[in-house]
Amino acid sequence: MKTLFLYSILFILSTGISVAKTIETCATCKVKTIKGAIEIASESDTIFIRKGIYKEFNIDVSKPLVVIGEHYPVIDGELKGEIFRITADNVTLDGLFIINVGTSYTEDFSAVRVVKSKNFVIKNLVLENLFFGIYIEKSSFGKVFHNKIIGDAKEEFNSGNGIQLWYSHHVEVDKNIITHVRDGIYLEFADHCSITNNISTDNVRYGLHFMFSNDATYEKNNFQNNGAGVAVMFSKRIEMYHNIFHGNWGTASYGLLLKEINDSKIKGNIFKENTTGINIEGSNRVTYTFNTFEKNGWAIKSRGACYTNIFSDNNFLYNTFDLSYNSKLNDNVFKNNYWSDYSGYDLNKDGIGDVPHKPVKLFSYVANRTPEAIILLRSLFIDIIDFSEKVSPVFTPNNLEDTSPKMNRIAYDRN
Amino acid sequence: MFKILKYSFFDLIRSRWSYVYFAFFLLLGYVLLFLNNDVSKAVITLMNVIIILVPLMGTMFGVMYFYNSKEFTELLLAQPLNRTSIFIGQYLGVAISLSLSLIIGLGIPFLAYGIFKSEAILDFLLLLVTGGFLTFIFTAISFYIGLSNENRIKGFGYAILFWLFMAVIYDGLFLISLILFEEYPLDTFSLIASMVNPIDLSRILILLKLDISALLGYTGAVFQKFFGTHWGLIVSLGLLTLWVIIPVFLIRKKALKKDF
Repeated sequence: MKTLFLYSILFILSTGISVAKTIETCATCKVKTIKGAIEIASESDTIFIRKGIYKEFNIDVSKPLVVIGEHYPVIDGELKGEIFRITADNVTLDGLFIINVGTSYTEDFSAVRVVKSKNFVIKNLVLENLFFGIYIEKSSFGKVFHNKIIGDAKEEFNSGNGIQLWYSHHVEVDKNIITHVRDGIYLEFADHCSITNNISTDNVRYGLHFMFSNDATYEKNNFQNNGAGVAVMFSKRIEMYHNIFHGNWGTASYGLLLKEINDSKIKGNIFKENTTGINIEGSNRVTYTFNTFEKNGWAIKSRGACYTNIFSDNNFLYNTFDLSYNSKLNDNVFKNNYWSDYSGYDLNKDGIGDVPHKPVKLFSYVANRTPEAIILLRSLFIDIIDFSEKVSPVFTPNNLEDTSPKMNRIAYDRN
Repeated sequence: MFKILKYSFFDLIRSRWSYVYFAFFLLLGYVLLFLNNDVSKAVITLMNVIIILVPLMGTMFGVMYFYNSKEFTELLLAQPLNRTSIFIGQYLGVAISLSLSLIIGLGIPFLAYGIFKSEAILDFLLLLVTGGFLTFIFTAISFYIGLSNENRIKGFGYAILFWLFMAVIYDGLFLISLILFEEYPLDTFSLIASMVNPIDLSRILILLKLDISALLGYTGAVFQKFFGTHWGLIVSLGLLTLWVIIPVFLIRKKALKKDF
């Protein structure tokens, strides 16, 4: 009762309207269903849902309301369809346990759908047994935070995404945990969004997937063990800081797949144990700094049509191949990186190797030309030609080198 | 044959080189496990050692033993003994003692580090099986080379050359032909080419079992599709067996005809 009182006070203070009231919903209350509560509520009211099980679906929140659950009341959709649909501005959903969303291939049923709304807040929800989780459509200036989405997706074609933003802008997605859905977080035509502190793991397809979403910030997220890693495409001015891409392992998996990403910054990320750390295609003016690539199959695979990219101050540690390049270097620059493979020396002790480092191994170059040659991986012959190429480069493009390789691992404070 | 096998076997078991070979694997196993304590990672490193060193050792031991015991062999030939049993007995003696050094030498450290509790047990077994096969194959071939060449220097030369060809040169030719014919579909070609050479076949069999196989991309997928099935495993083990049987048959043929 005390918290309830506090909530009401806060709400009254924040809106400045003194007529807002609180409607309680429970099995023994006057109002027994959420739909009923919404019906009798007027604008800016608070609906307080007591602990219990509510078998409801297609709940349309069409008024600016605050819907709060006490001790996670269960909203069970019984697989009949969509559960919450928010169509008004200034709606808050807080502390609900939503289960059993219906599956539809024509309507994309979701646990919570926000349609053409502004200033929405969706927090502290737990979603289970779902098709789509939180689907934000043509909405803006909202927050999605501290939610937990646990799916049971097995295949791509019959599963939905955890958090999906579509034609929305200025949305903050923070501290969510998403697992076992198709794409953990999916953005399409969603500009100026910030995706921070999320944990997206074990998803069938991508941990994070976005297209045509400009000016976004991705910070301190953790993408692990996703079917295909993270794919970002056709976007400009993206900032990816301090994320972790880990364990995305499989023949068609990437830590991070960049396609047509321009004018972006990728800084302080950790790429560990992915088949390919970053796969880059047609991306221009991107700076990669202070990233750590550790124990990947390929740390960076560059597929061409990339111009004016700068790779500096990164750590390349114990990758099978540090770099694979299948086009000309163009005007891309590698400088001041630390390469665990570097075998040069530093006579003047300034911390920078005196001999340039060539990150493309001959075998990596050959395997790019003739993919079948990869079958000779770990053969003695390959080790011998790699070594001889290192001593006297003949085949690998000679301008593709780091002229100032660091002698020691680059320390970087990710906080 | 069994008597000669036994004699050769115990002769080798008592020899210093067997102990060195055994101690090498024992030490290698312990050092690898000590350094990273991860059984499955140790298996990857061991693979490199096994597919290169085991054939080399088989070749060297085989040809050395053959030439060293030549006088004794001639003495045996003067006795009323079957020629086949003399040579095959000696061959089996060498091959079995080498395989035992390998299996026991690697087995002890891995047992001590709990291979039975690890998921890598099957990979490790495959490693030992291919190691055993490679020993038998390369010892047989070196015996044949020894039989065919009276001149020790020539015999050694051929034996080393054969190892070099299988371990290094073959892959070079393979790579060159892949690059030359890169415009053609090469999946089947590379599949066959890698199955013909026992060293390549062993390498790929082990590689496909490890995590690293994800790096092989779609070529790997073609290989996985073949080797991943029972049929593929049977074919590859059959091929390895064939690589043992053919040289043994040749030894027998040569031994029966040779004029000592």
